[in-house]
Amino acid sequence: MQHVNLKFFARAADGVSTSEAIPVFHRWIQNASCPELLIDVADYSHVPAGPGVLLIGNEANYSLDIGRSRFGLLYNRKAADAGDAQSHLRLAYGAALAACERLEQEPEFVGRLAFDRRELEITLNDRLLYPNTEATWTSVQPEVERFCDGIFGAGQYVVRHEGEPRERFRVNVRQI
Amino acid sequence: MKASNGEWRAKLEGRIDADLAREIDAFEHEIALKKHGKIDDKIFAETRLRRGSYGQRYDNGQRHDGIESRRLAYPQPGLTKGPNTLWDAPGMQRIKIPFGGLNADQLEVLAELAEEYSDGIGHITTRQDVQLHFVHIEDTPSIMRRLASVGITTREACGNTVRNVTACPLSGVCRDQAFDVTPYAKALAYFLLGHPDTQDFGRKFKVAFSGCDTNPCALVRIHDLGCVARTRTVNGKTERGFDVYVGGGLGTVPYQAKLFEEFLPEEELLPLAQAMSRVFARLGEKKNRNTARMKFLVVKLGLEEFKRLVWEERKTLPVDPRWTSFLSGVEQEQETPLKPPGLLDIQPAEPGDFREWRQTNVYRQRQAGYSTVTVTLPLGDVTADQLRALADIARKYVNETVRTTVEQNIVLRWVSDSDLRNVYEDLKQVGLHQAGAGTILDLVACPGTDTCKLGISSSRGLAGELRLRLAENDVARDESIRNLRIKVSGCFNSCGQHHIADLGFYGVSRNKNGYAAPHFQVVLGGQWSENAGAYGLAIGAVPSKRIPETVDRITRRYLAERQAGESFQAFIRRIGKAECKKMLEDLMAMPAHSEDASLYTDWHDPREYTIGDMGVGECAGEVVTPLEFQLTACEREAFEAQLALEKGDIDVAARTAYEAMLHGATALLNWRRAFYTNSEEGIVEAFRREFYDTQLFFDPFAGGKFAHYFFRAHERAGQQYLFESAHRLIEEAQLFIEACHGCTLRQPAQTVNA
Repeated sequence: MQHVNLKFFARAADGVSTSEAIPVFHRWIQNASCPELLIDVADYSHVPAGPGVLLIGNEANYSLDIGRSRFGLLYNRKAADAGDAQSHLRLAYGAALAACERLEQEPEFVGRLAFDRRELEITLNDRLLYPNTEATWTSVQPEVERFCDGIFGAGQYVVRHEGEPRERFRVNVRQI
Repeated sequence: MKASNGEWRAKLEGRIDADLAREIDAFEHEIALKKHGKIDDKIFAETRLRRGSYGQRYDNGQRHDGIESRRLAYPQPGLTKGPNTLWDAPGMQRIKIPFGGLNADQLEVLAELAEEYSDGIGHITTRQDVQLHFVHIEDTPSIMRRLASVGITTREACGNTVRNVTACPLSGVCRDQAFDVTPYAKALAYFLLGHPDTQDFGRKFKVAFSGCDTNPCALVRIHDLGCVARTRTVNGKTERGFDVYVGGGLGTVPYQAKLFEEFLPEEELLPLAQAMSRVFARLGEKKNRNTARMKFLVVKLGLEEFKRLVWEERKTLPVDPRWTSFLSGVEQEQETPLKPPGLLDIQPAEPGDFREWRQTNVYRQRQAGYSTVTVTLPLGDVTADQLRALADIARKYVNETVRTTVEQNIVLRWVSDSDLRNVYEDLKQVGLHQAGAGTILDLVACPGTDTCKLGISSSRGLAGELRLRLAENDVARDESIRNLRIKVSGCFNSCGQHHIADLGFYGVSRNKNGYAAPHFQVVLGGQWSENAGAYGLAIGAVPSKRIPETVDRITRRYLAERQAGESFQAFIRRIGKAECKKMLEDLMAMPAHSEDASLYTDWHDPREYTIGDMGVGECAGEVVTPLEFQLTACEREAFEAQLALEKGDIDVAARTAYEAMLHGATALLNWRRAFYTNSEEGIVEAFRREFYDTQLFFDPFAGGKFAHYFFRAHERAGQQYLFESAHRLIEEAQLFIEACHGCTLRQPAQTVNA
């Protein structure tokens, strides 16, 4: 399952602006805080319901994202990786979760920003391999559910296939 | 790099024009060959540039992270895609949109590409292009195929080629137009695309079309070839033609295009452009890219000789049926509405946000009952979701088409007036309902230090900040201030078109005691109207963080002291450059780093500012200070040259500008403790020896260009200047002094003095 995007939504983000992530992400570059090669910071905080502020990496991007007006941390795996679907999902989940934890501890956000671990959104960022269709959902559902079983426990969550055909394949997972 | 890259070719087979498909296949092969070391760096660089695949900041693998300059450890460090450009470093893909015309399907594909290969944003440029950033070179064939499947090519979007042909986005619906220039722009764009006569240019070639002479929508006077629609009546019959302008361009030193031909008949448009291309290819400079634009050729030959050569060339051209075949379809090309004309029912209790939007973003078309709606994009940025929403809106209300504008917005034409409220509501759903199109809030900015390799200061950071502050500023609501234009470039190269703004800014740097600080030169007096009718001149550099205060001060002064009906340009002329500078002098003064470190960082970037790997020498302060003092004096002289020009004293202006350069060179020689004879000749000779021959003065990107300004000024010293050439000399003097600053920033004093 290539090019997995995984987003955790903010549970609390009182008065937090995405632009506050700019110095944080620059520090992450200075400190090589992530396993990927980190390149630069891109600021789109001026765009409504957009990608917010991105930490551009070689293998993946991290962003404090406001896509579809939902504030969250998005991990976008750009590299085509070896391995199976479970390893790809686990990699994206682990990287996104670690970034959430790190952000919550950053001085700029501590006590103001918290992410909800009970809900996540998985997007497969390649329309050719994963068009947003029922057929794709049928084909990836077992892998997604196997992965979610491991995170939330079997039967402890609801997965919903979302979006219109023009959008990328996307599911929302919510713990019950 | 995408896992699906190998599959798009088969997936889109039969859906791409055969020639275009072959070209993309060839490019993909060239990528493969380059990966195997079979193609020279320079050749591959030009190859990809001609496909619109551009380099991006830090693609040499070095980045200053605010603490130190570090190597970016890309996986294939030995593999390059051009000189000093690493293979894995992300780049920019420019997508040519002739006359800015896009349909709904194309908007949807752009949305897909922005999401899958870029950072989720499509960026509209000041040439009506779309750019995607942070793109991997190996993804570009897939991008090109997907674009080609909806009729878009990236061919010749960059490189020494005919760039995107721009046109007034109101053409066809404009109340002031002579006629709709769209079919002519389209015909010329595709005629010149890949034409054998346009493949051997020394530099890029820019073309623009305007439907009228008065409005600024196409900015023809800043183009190599600008065409203004005109009609005439002969024996009772209306004929179409163009006033043709040549040799304009912004760049480091702006040139106003000259009238080449009054009323060129429509059937002569394509052959004339072809003949001009041949002359440019044959006689244009090829070795020194800094003097290779057509504007330099026109000046070098003189307009009359250039015209003679072009008309001679025109006579030799073999007839090409494409010259006129498009003319029979010109009338049919006119866009048509989807809905019948309507009437906007203006209600007394109209919501304020809709009223404000209607006042600034709705243009009443020449066709009764229809309007053109401007969709204001902050800094030219639009998300993938918004692009899809625009496609839906275009399908729902108009005939599926939109146009990008040179002000980095998008327009929807042929909106029935009765639909305006619904269009507004639909735009509001996706955050595209912002009012203020064509006002001071509608700022234009090039990418600057965000992504451009040439950026010196953060143009987008500044523009974003100004936008926020002006939206809250009472002064900006006054009619006279509201209609001003602000344009920001990250460096002297004018991609943000700062020369033609009421308030223009371009990025420069300054050194104080060994610390570099981002600044912007303040350019006042440019004229946006009349197709960019006049260029402004820089009055001095202000630290980036103080530019909002600069804008506030200038606009308040204008508001308080303007005379009845006085334009901003007239106001600036009346109070004079000296007074303008005096007004900003305290803002220009730079405190030491220890007093205010915040001025040593740029907007929306907390890193300590640097234009490279900044080194703070142990005794830098002592060594640098006298140099700083001398260069400041040179800036003052360049400014005095402006004042002399303002008074009409051209000889004094030219002499003073030259002396400013001479003193700048002297300052550098003193800094280097070089031996020189204290005469003009001696200074020039020593400067050439110490700084030019050694390339110490060379700008990393512009090379020896600014030194050539000095040498040329020296050669011309004592000769007579005209107003325009003196204006240019002052620009060149200012840039030469900026280059002196740049030189000292690149070479720590102790190294030079060693």
